[in-house]
Amino acid sequence: MARALSPRRRLLTTIAAWFVALLIFFPVLWMLITSFKTEASAVASPPELFSADWTFENYTEVWARSDYPRFFWNSVVISIGSTLLGLAIAIPAAWSMAFVPTKRTKDLLMWMLSTKMMPAVAVMIPLYLVFQRVGLFDTKIGLVLALMLMNLPIIVWMLYTYFREIPGEILEAARMDGASLWNEIVYVLTPMAVPGIASTLLLNVILAWNEAFWTITLTTTKAAPLSAFIASFSAPQGLFYAKLSAASTMAIAPILILGWFSQKQLVRGLTFGAVK
Amino acid sequence: MTLTTRALLGASALACLSSWAMAETITVATVNNGDMVRMQGLMDDFKAKHPDIDVQWVTLEENVLRQNVTTDIATGGGQYDVLTIGTYEVPIWGKQGWLVSLNDLPESYDVNDLLPAIRGGLTVDGNLYAAPFYGESSMVMYRKDLMEAAGLTMPEAPTWADIEKAAAAMTDKSKEQYGICLRGKAGWGENMAFLTAMSNSYGARWFDENWNPQFDQPEWKATLESYLNLMNNYGPPGASNNGFNENLTLFQQGKCGMWIDATVAASFVTGKDSTVADKVGFALAPDNGLGKRGNWLWAWSLAIPTSSQKQEAAKAFIDWATNKDYLALVASKEGWANVPPGTRTSLYENPEYAKVPFAKMTLDSINSADPTKPTVKPVPYVGVQFVAIPEFQGLGTTVGELFSAALAGQKSADDALAEAQAAVADEMKAAGYIK
Repeated sequence: MARALSPRRRLLTTIAAWFVALLIFFPVLWMLITSFKTEASAVASPPELFSADWTFENYTEVWARSDYPRFFWNSVVISIGSTLLGLAIAIPAAWSMAFVPTKRTKDLLMWMLSTKMMPAVAVMIPLYLVFQRVGLFDTKIGLVLALMLMNLPIIVWMLYTYFREIPGEILEAARMDGASLWNEIVYVLTPMAVPGIASTLLLNVILAWNEAFWTITLTTTKAAPLSAFIASFSAPQGLFYAKLSAASTMAIAPILILGWFSQKQLVRGLTFGAVK
Repeated sequence: MTLTTRALLGASALACLSSWAMAETITVATVNNGDMVRMQGLMDDFKAKHPDIDVQWVTLEENVLRQNVTTDIATGGGQYDVLTIGTYEVPIWGKQGWLVSLNDLPESYDVNDLLPAIRGGLTVDGNLYAAPFYGESSMVMYRKDLMEAAGLTMPEAPTWADIEKAAAAMTDKSKEQYGICLRGKAGWGENMAFLTAMSNSYGARWFDENWNPQFDQPEWKATLESYLNLMNNYGPPGASNNGFNENLTLFQQGKCGMWIDATVAASFVTGKDSTVADKVGFALAPDNGLGKRGNWLWAWSLAIPTSSQKQEAAKAFIDWATNKDYLALVASKEGWANVPPGTRTSLYENPEYAKVPFAKMTLDSINSADPTKPTVKPVPYVGVQFVAIPEFQGLGTTVGELFSAALAGQKSADDALAEAQAAVADEMKAAGYIK
């Protein structure tokens, strides 16, 4: 039974929650504010907030200097493509691990997760060479494959956790009614796991959208997504913080909006199975 | 439609088709700085002169660019046709056979017009492996008004003693006014670029003729102690985090009496974002009476990797981007002050360019640096503020972290030097330079 909070405690909890939320959101907020300042104002010390020189010039310059729509489209294709391909592979994998486990299933899951613990740079040269030799370098399909492989352990783990919450008896009943394996996964399991699949999808789209190491390393011009767009606004000599902030805001805005509208789904998915 | 009209239209269509079929696209990897951005805005001129060549740009942060380009060249990837690289990479990559020789650029390019110091830094065994896009040295930028108020005059060629005296006179910490701003952020291209150049004027060197590290020698001790003394007494707080951009900001906001850094900064400190634009004077980097000044030499240059499949088109682009006509083109569109500096003698002979306030000092600074004889004693390496060996990026950053820690007060100068000596000796042994 939920414990009733006193008004005073409720107020304190609310203030603490807002404080933590603002603390986490502050870097993004500061980036947004900086993107509307002049370069001189962006680096002023002490930092200027209300006395800053406000301008839209950074956005117009960033837009004029870069082909933003191309970078944006590449990000959309790569993040959604890699997530959908990952789900297509991970759903059957997670099904087998959740409903027909063997004594090696736990080891297999741990091994999959362990690949995420390896620093990406360790496999940079081999992957770079493979991509060059097979013609996947600087292609969207190449990045879809690379990011799918990078995120597959997380997708499998998340789906495995959700599937474990679904009673095996339901699938058994479907089998007794004559459902084939395909029908069992597509028509019985998947609809029941839609919340879990949706949150996995959202989280992996966000992870793929924000990925910077591989997307910059394995592209030059054609398939470069928004991470490369941001990287092009850092300058070795000369002030660039305001323009970099504008470019970063333009890059994260779509995914921030997506995250905002799907936050309930994300929270539900991420806390699924946490409380029984 | 008459037969003649049809024939003409058909011929035109064929001509268009053939020119489309022959068009080559080259990929240029570059950094994001003002001169490079300006060049991208002038591509119409290139396209008019070379309608058969299209140019794609890959603009990346300096270190990311270096990593991507190195990976591409080392694996023979051929993703890039023109690379923007510095004077550190050119001797190393040229020796390894990774770059195409540019000795056969057309006569109109006038290779003899390149500044000798810059050309020397980009030449290996008689082969020019990169064409300089802009060159820079380092110099003293100082506040004329603060010097005047202190009753001092900055010599055109100051000594380190002059610098210390001026720094002491201009420091007023209660007004957040610091006598001197120098690089403190760790990195081979950050604090170590400055400190290595400074050490040359103290007679220090990274290695003796047999590649033995020299951080245990008195010259390095004198260099580091002078630097720490200047920064601790007259520098801004938190200087161990300050690189080029942080010091630029401080100077532009009027918080530095002096700043010793890249000559390219002159256009920024006198530009529209600077609150002290009309109060800035320039002087040569300081010396210590030993015949070497504490200034460096760097050139962002354009080179062609041997893995490029479009070397002729790449050469045409480099010829366009670094020849005399390009300088005139920039001057006609953006004014002489925005012309990429530090590459050609003819630019400095131009009376229009001579009116730019920092032109002479930039030329004098570049001419006083010699990458083949960077310091007082003989050395086995090339490079003024770096050592042109592949291991230097790692070594420079390791030593830079130690010196930055000394500036932050986390260790003494003696400890930092002893640790630098041990770390560099270990690495040089592992790399086979010494036993």
